[in-house]
Amino acid sequence: MAETAAHHPAPRGPVDRLSDLLWRRQGLLVLLLILPPALWLGVIYLGSLFALLAQSFFSIDEFSGLINYEFTLRTYGELFRAANLDIILRTVLMAASVTIAAAVIGFPVAYYAARYARGRWKALFYLGVMLPLWSSYLVKVYSWKLILAKEGILSWLFETLHLTWLLEAYLSLPVVGGNSLSVSWTGTFLVFLYVWLPFMILPIQAALERVPPSMLEASGDLGARPGQTFRHVLLPLALPGIVAGSIFTFSLTLGDYIIPQIVGTSARMIGQAVYQFQGTAGNIPLAAAFAVVPIVIMGVYLYVARRMGAFDAL
Amino acid sequence: MHSDRAPLGLKIAAAAGLLFMHLPILLIFVYAFTTEDKSYQWPPPGYTLKWFGVTWARPDVWEALSLSLRVAAISTLIALVLGTLCAAAVARTRFFGRETISLLVILPIALPGIITGISLRSAFNLGDIPFSFWTIVLGHATFCVVVVYNNAVARFRRTSGSLVEASMDLGANAFQTFRFVILPNIATALLAGGMLAFALSFDEVIVTTFTAGQQQTLPIWMLEELVRPRQRPVTNVVAMVVVLVTFLPILGAYYLTRGTESVAGQGK
Repeated sequence: MAETAAHHPAPRGPVDRLSDLLWRRQGLLVLLLILPPALWLGVIYLGSLFALLAQSFFSIDEFSGLINYEFTLRTYGELFRAANLDIILRTVLMAASVTIAAAVIGFPVAYYAARYARGRWKALFYLGVMLPLWSSYLVKVYSWKLILAKEGILSWLFETLHLTWLLEAYLSLPVVGGNSLSVSWTGTFLVFLYVWLPFMILPIQAALERVPPSMLEASGDLGARPGQTFRHVLLPLALPGIVAGSIFTFSLTLGDYIIPQIVGTSARMIGQAVYQFQGTAGNIPLAAAFAVVPIVIMGVYLYVARRMGAFDAL
Repeated sequence: MHSDRAPLGLKIAAAAGLLFMHLPILLIFVYAFTTEDKSYQWPPPGYTLKWFGVTWARPDVWEALSLSLRVAAISTLIALVLGTLCAAAVARTRFFGRETISLLVILPIALPGIITGISLRSAFNLGDIPFSFWTIVLGHATFCVVVVYNNAVARFRRTSGSLVEASMDLGANAFQTFRFVILPNIATALLAGGMLAFALSFDEVIVTTFTAGQQQTLPIWMLEELVRPRQRPVTNVVAMVVVLVTFLPILGAYYLTRGTESVAGQGK
């Protein structure tokens, strides 16, 4: 087809004319390209998002249970009730501890993969992070239900090592303990950490790949101990990656309602509150107001992250 | 500091981290063969292949699997078209609102899934749209676009613009250039993005709980079983099969984008 066009430039059909028009007017081409995705995301996604946000300014009539379609900030006021503040605080604390733990456990994996792994090992490390990242979320949660169950592998391990007393002592602690690991905060924390860990490793690794080894050698040559090199050279350079990873771990923990429902105590997190208010309670305005909380938290978080240069490491 | 020998402590920490990420999934494989059907007892009292047959004969599992496959296929197709268009526009030119568009694409997965889900649900309610196969697809396609977009935009940036100009100079029109020059260049990136989008849709549960009516995708079926276990061994077998099925597209995407800068899934 290209040949015919080259040999006979004279006869030109409507297709060619359209093609010429698009080539000469690049703006039109870009507009045509961008229109379908922009419409889809703009109308379906942003439209729904605004529909939701608008509802947070309505309130619910406590007697009839019907939605009162008048502008009010009362629903937002309800967020500041002690019980609701507890939910928000609890969720943010959980998200923060999961993020910190993920950074601590993920850093060595990312560092080894970025600096020491070569060839076959590099591929192995890469797949070793990608496979858990992409494998089924529910299966991952399920596997921890198996692990943390009272009759499961973890209890068996403690028993085999004659350490059951240790596990029981831990479970009798306030806050982190509980009847068994699968109904404790520790359990919820472990599952969150497990499920989001790969999201932390990849950006850290991307940041570390860009650190020239010569810089670390220079630091050593100038007399820094490995600990000092880590603190004053490596960590500042890896920080944008850590912040980028923390965006994922933090945001994903803030909005999740399935993990705390399957493994954890009866105390709710933000996601569960949203789910219940819109579902069984039928209080859409309060659910919407609750949904704004993670958006606001993430907005502040992203703003800070941007100023720390985290987006270059994404 | 030696440049090519890792300290022992780092090796142990890295190995421990990798083990932590993989052992729980491997555990599922053992549980699929257990003879115990009332609890999650470890070690399993015995091993059997019985539950594979039982699962095979369960129509609800097959229906859920079929629905999930259909939803993932259609959502992937839509995401492929929208993601490629968007990547082509963003990668090649600078235009007003370009930053906004790239933010808009990422937003559905940057915001917690529950927000996407509940927004769509309230929009369906407002518009009196009944839940159906298509409401599920609508949600899935929305967050799958970003995966295709990420892969395609990286490839577009590496594809030299002079190739396109050469093609046009040689007399090809814009459509021929797309068909014979651009498409072969971006094909593997699209395939990789499509596979990941498929895996993402196949596995999605949070948004789906809000956009599905009575229909059950496979993840919804699993969620039911997790909250109210009916037959644990069947859940074990399904979990194992899901792990195996999702590994294939991920490995495929990896081999397709290997050696290029656009490593699939890495949000780089």
